[in-house]
Parts: sequence; C-alpha cells; structure tokens
Amino acid sequence: MAAVSDARRVLEVRDIRTRFHTQDGVVHAVNGISFDLDEGELLGVVGESGSGKSVTMMSLLKLLPMPPAEIVSGRALLEGENLIALDVERLRRVRGAHVGFIFQDPMTSLNPVLTVGYQITEPLRVHLGMNRAAARRRAVELLELVGIPMAASRLNDFPHQFSGGMRQRVMIAIALACEPRVLIADEPTTALDVTIQAQILDLVKRLRRELGMAIIWITHDLGVVAGLADRVMVMYGGLVVERARVNELYARPRHPYTRGLLRTLPRLDGTRSERLESIAGQPPNLAQAPAACPFAPRCGHAFERCWKENPLLEAVAEGHEVACWLDPETGAARAA
Amino acid sequence: MSTDSAPPLLAVEKLTKHFPIMQGVFRRQVGTVKAVDGLDFEIRERETLGLVGESGCGKSTAGRVILRLYAATAGRIVFRGTDITALEGEALRRMRPRMQMIFQDPQDSLNPRMTVGTIIGEPLLEHGAEGKRALQARVEELLESVGLDPGFTNRYPHEFSGGQRQRIGVARALALNPEFIVCDEPIAALDVSIQAQVVNLLEDLQERLGLTYLFISHDLSMIRHIADRVAVMYLGKIVELATSDVLYREPLHPYTRALLSAVPIHDPELESHRERIILSGDVPSPADPPSGCRFSTRCPMAAPECREREPEWRELRPGHRVACHFAE
Repeated sequence: MAAVSDARRVLEVRDIRTRFHTQDGVVHAVNGISFDLDEGELLGVVGESGSGKSVTMMSLLKLLPMPPAEIVSGRALLEGENLIALDVERLRRVRGAHVGFIFQDPMTSLNPVLTVGYQITEPLRVHLGMNRAAARRRAVELLELVGIPMAASRLNDFPHQFSGGMRQRVMIAIALACEPRVLIADEPTTALDVTIQAQILDLVKRLRRELGMAIIWITHDLGVVAGLADRVMVMYGGLVVERARVNELYARPRHPYTRGLLRTLPRLDGTRSERLESIAGQPPNLAQAPAACPFAPRCGHAFERCWKENPLLEAVAEGHEVACWLDPETGAARAA
Repeated sequence: MSTDSAPPLLAVEKLTKHFPIMQGVFRRQVGTVKAVDGLDFEIRERETLGLVGESGCGKSTAGRVILRLYAATAGRIVFRGTDITALEGEALRRMRPRMQMIFQDPQDSLNPRMTVGTIIGEPLLEHGAEGKRALQARVEELLESVGLDPGFTNRYPHEFSGGQRQRIGVARALALNPEFIVCDEPIAALDVSIQAQVVNLLEDLQERLGLTYLFISHDLSMIRHIADRVAVMYLGKIVELATSDVLYREPLHPYTRALLSAVPIHDPELESHRERIILSGDVPSPADPPSGCRFSTRCPMAAPECREREPEWRELRPGHRVACHFAE
C-alpha cells in the first residue's frame, strides 16, 4: 500500500529532544528527531537498544515519567494540534482516542487484576461515552476483529488466561478501540515466537487494509520491517541517520550504519557466508549530545570531518535522506 | 566436521526429562510436564549441532540434562564412549570441566559482586589451579582470547556492555579447557550489531581450540549460519534433523516448513511475494501433549492417522531424519 505524495498528513514531528536526568548524570536519549506520517502509511522505525526509537514516540504523548525525563524541545502536530503543548486533561483525551499504543510485552501492559472485557470497554466508555451494553457489544466486535475465538465468552477472562499471542491480540484490540488516527506499535512481536509473530503480522496487514490507519512500527528487526513498511527510518544515537522508501533502503542503503546492519544479518536463503561481517565497537554513550557524527567511532569510512561536525539529513534521491559526510555518489570523503 | 565413521563425541538415546507438577498442602503430584520426551541424536567431534524450536519446546532443558545440570528421567547420555547418565560424586565432578555452558543473559549469569578476575578464576580454583600467579596469568590469557583487555580483571560486570559481558561468560566457560560447550541462546539478549561479533568469536574459538558446540537458539537465520547440522524440536521431541544446507533447502517436516516460512527476510522484494504458512493456534501444553503426532493439532496436512499413531523417528535419506507419517 503506497502512500501517495499528496496524501493527507496526519502527524508532523519537529526537532524532538529528550533527555534523562539520572544519578550518573544526563543521558541525551533523543537529539532532534523530525518526521512526517501520512494517512494510511506504515513507517518503520529501526534501531538498536538505546537508539532513542521508543523514547521519541513516548515523548510525543508524554508517556515518560517526568522527571527523570525532560522534553527539551520539539513539537508534534497531530492534525494541526501540538501534542507537546497540551495540558494533562486534553492529552488524556488524545491518548487512547486519537493515538493507540501497543507495547512489547502484553503481560506487563495489561492490568492483571482486571478482566479483558473491562480493559477493552474502558476507553470506549471514557472517550466515546458509550453505555455499558454498547461498549460490551463493541468489545466483542473488536476481539473478533483481532481473531480471538469465542470472543463473547472471553470478555470475563483475565489476562493470564490468554497465551502470549492472544494477549498481544487483546492489546491490539484495546489500541484500536476508539479507531485512532495513528497507531504506535513498540516492538509488538519481539517477545513472541516466530510462528505467532507471523500470525500477528498477518493480522496487522489485514487491519491496515480494512481500517486504513497510519502506523508507526518500532523494531530492531530489519526482516519484520521489510515485509510491512512503506517507509523506514533508521535511528542511531538519538538521531535519524537514514530514511527512505522500503525498497530503496534495502536495495541502496547509503549510511555506513545501515549498510553494516544489513550485512551483519545472516540470511535464511541464498548462499551461506563463511564469516559474518560485524560492526566493531559499542553503541554510543549519550552522556553528551552528539556534537560530531555518533557513528564515527565505529565507521570504517570516517574521516576528519566526521569527528568534528554532525551531518544533517540530506536528500540524496527522491524521498531518500541520509546523514553522512561521505559523498552519496562516490562514497568518498566530502570536503567541508 | 569429522567423518561419519568416527565415534561421536556425544550421543543421547531416548533422553527424557519429566518435571512433576505438585499441588496442595501435601505437595502431591498431580501431573507431569514432559519437557523432553525421548531424544535420539549424536554430536560429532568439532561440529556445531543447532537445536531450534519455539519457547517451551524443551530445547534448553535438553541442553541442561545433557550437561547433568538436571537428572534425566530416562534414557542415556554417552560422552566419549562413557555413560555419564548416572555418574555421581567425584566421578561426576571430574567430568564437569570437560563440558561447559554459555548462558543467554550475561546480566543474570555473572555475579554482580564479583570482579571479572574472580568470575573467570573461580572454576580454575575449584578444579585445582596452580597458585596465585599462574591463576592471574591464565585469567589474563582467557580475557585476551575472547577479545577483552587483560587489564580488566579488577572490574565488575556492570562496567561492561552486553556484548562484553557475554565475552566474559565465554571466557569463564573456556577456563577449564572444555571439549564440549552448550551455548544456550548466547546472542538472544544482544543487539544486532553485537550478535555478529559474538558469533564470530565463538567460531574462531571452535576452530582454534577444536571445540564441539550444541547451539540452542530460536533464531533460524543465525542457526543456518553457525550450525553444521540442525535439529528442530517441537513439544519435547525432535521432529527433524539434517545438515544445515539440506534442512533449509528441503525441509521435510510440515513444522519445519512452517517455521522457516514464518521467519521474516530482510528483503522487501522477496517479502512482497513470499508464501507464508500461517499455523493456527498456539503450542499445546507439554503437561498435556496431543496424542499421536504432537504437531497434529496445528498441522496443515494432518490426517486421522496422525492423531492415533505417533510417527516413527526414521532416516528418510542418508543423514536426514524426520518424524512424520507423510514426509515422503
């Protein structure tokens, strides 16, 4: 499903910066993230732990405990309304009603002492003002929509009575309850087995076709995103280092980090390599906001400029942006 | 990889591990979890046998029973021609250094109050190391062999990143010059860019020290890369075993086929027209496995026969074994 260029913009995020004040000092988790999301589009956000992918999305809805977190700057326009500036009351309406959130581990994000029925009907009653009977009818529809067998009889069950895959379906049903404009899914299949992950990915593809909402899919798995996303954004050190349409990114990755990641992955098909290529070194320490390229210490192509200045995202092809000082055509060092 | 005629380093026969389910004040046994239910395979010297399956299939339990961390309920474990299933006391203790384990989460398997030097030196002391200076030298040598600075001996685990901590776990496993190492999901807790580093290290060490690995993982792409032969487990049983090349090219068991088709490949072109076998439902409980073939409740090609009769573990082609009535 391709997002057309004149599709309506649902979300416009500009220059989000978030840091954490911890006992060991400040951690600059997100260092200026901007992106757009169009109606019906699926944006894959790829990065390793500590790259800032989850913190960025949690910042949009102020889902982080503040303190220790602090959103230093940025705006997030959801259909023209800046979420970052909203007061708590208004923000509570937006969360749940306009933006749905699915987390990695459904066991810790569902309340273990409330029935699944209660947890699905709650947003319907709070945000849509449905009465009890209407909310229950809708809850059954939602559970059927996400493929839970005998939905009506399962409303009175507690989360522990569901398997891992079924719990994630329940989470999806809750997130979809109020028909949000945007669904943010944070590693929703990471805790699941591959055959169950395949079921959930199948479900998400079907729901997209049927409901057409915009989705932000956060993951560390380049394989999952390949089969799902329209566009992909690669994050490193709290910054976007590369962004492109999915086919373009996998066929012509430009940033040395993206290239490195794609090369380190062993494949299920094709020839078996003798030795895996690896990216040397460790992910960056974010005690300081990156003043130079955060990937320079691990990059095989780093030259003088990479250690002094942080490259900005620049368009190198239609819809393809890269933050790298290497020349996009020749791959050689670019003079300052 | 050694030739087929050489005696295997390790062989298990009908290996079984059942855990009792206890309930009530008097802790009466009310059931049995059949975590591992009759495994037959061997591991050849210097090879890597991959053991794959989804959570709860019994792959980790199998690894632990083989190392005698759990007592087997039934069956035999033969290591270099010696039956070690019932070894006890001093005889078992003397066996231990030869078989070691690398754990999944280096965060949980390293004592946070011990320095790296103590962690790696402990097995050496326990098994009769040779004086303080020799011990220190050996620890430094081990750190160097896993790619860490030998000057790190006085640091604590929290001062290291996940990948470095896993290297410490590897150094500890190597301390006593083992012949055989069970790697239990050694890269599952690591970031993608770090996984390749650790896998390359394990391969280098195998080459250099002549190690034999049982590599337990749920990551089918990584298993394809690292393993010479692969065994696929489902609900306590091995359903298929073949060389890595053959298993990924021509899987015979319907579960293996579904499993392989479910793994996402990082290639959007390919993904857009790939046929996926979506299995319905979840893995049944190992406390109450289905009768007949255990996969019959989810199998797309199950026939009535599958629910009645358990399929035989048979060698369909040379070196390719499968447990399915309809594998032909």
